[in-house]
Amino acid sequence: MKKTMFIAAALVLGGIVWGVLDNVHPFGDPLKTPVDDYYIAHALKDRSSENIVTSLVFDYRGFDTIGEAAVLFTALCSVTALFRQGGRRD
Amino acid sequence: MNPLSVVVRKGCDIFAWFMVVFGANVIIHGDLTPGGGFQGGAIVATFLTFLLVAYGGNRLLSWVNERFYTSLVGFGLLLFIGLAFMGFPTSFFYNFVSVTHEAAMAGGAHGIIPPSGTIALMDIAVGIEVAGGLSLIVIYMFKGIRLYETSPVGTECGHDR
Repeated sequence: MKKTMFIAAALVLGGIVWGVLDNVHPFGDPLKTPVDDYYIAHALKDRSSENIVTSLVFDYRGFDTIGEAAVLFTALCSVTALFRQGGRRD
Repeated sequence: MNPLSVVVRKGCDIFAWFMVVFGANVIIHGDLTPGGGFQGGAIVATFLTFLLVAYGGNRLLSWVNERFYTSLVGFGLLLFIGLAFMGFPTSFFYNFVSVTHEAAMAGGAHGIIPPSGTIALMDIAVGIEVAGGLSLIVIYMFKGIRLYETSPVGTECGHDR
């Protein structure tokens, strides 16, 4: 019974994965590009930042960068809590 | 961690500061060249790891001041979020000092502030934060390893409960 269930679930999951992979558009040919075209056309002209990646990270997608800074701060807090000096200090 | 041979230490003396210079270069030119705050901050934090490997932990812990790195983390984060808030009459994260490329090429930039505005300034802020944070992580992890090695056998270490 367990084996039958497992085989059925594997078949269903494999079918889903196969269907998704079969529908992926070819590499280098994205479906919708207006946002990419906007960034490439306007990043240098409006913000005069020659590194488009940096202008994306710090200007167009600034909330993501706040999240990254928060991730680093959380990692620092967890390392501090994990490796702190134990015992009584007096 | 024991100090390495005199060759490694001399090499560390010569080359370690160039890591800081290179990392600062990557941070400051983040809006012009590949790289940015996160990458440059990681390069600057490599400096402390290099000193730890070459000179050993006891010398390193006598040199470093944790409050300095903690203040770097706080200063970088506050500068970053403050710069984000300063564009607020328009919107959060509005680039309030940037000039267009044509105006910058015609000489319309604001003197010392780069023409890309908050992009370059946030790069510097995030670079300061990442450099301090990763250096602090290295220091704290080394302290934890040393705590584990010097505690008596069979006792639980690292926790006071």
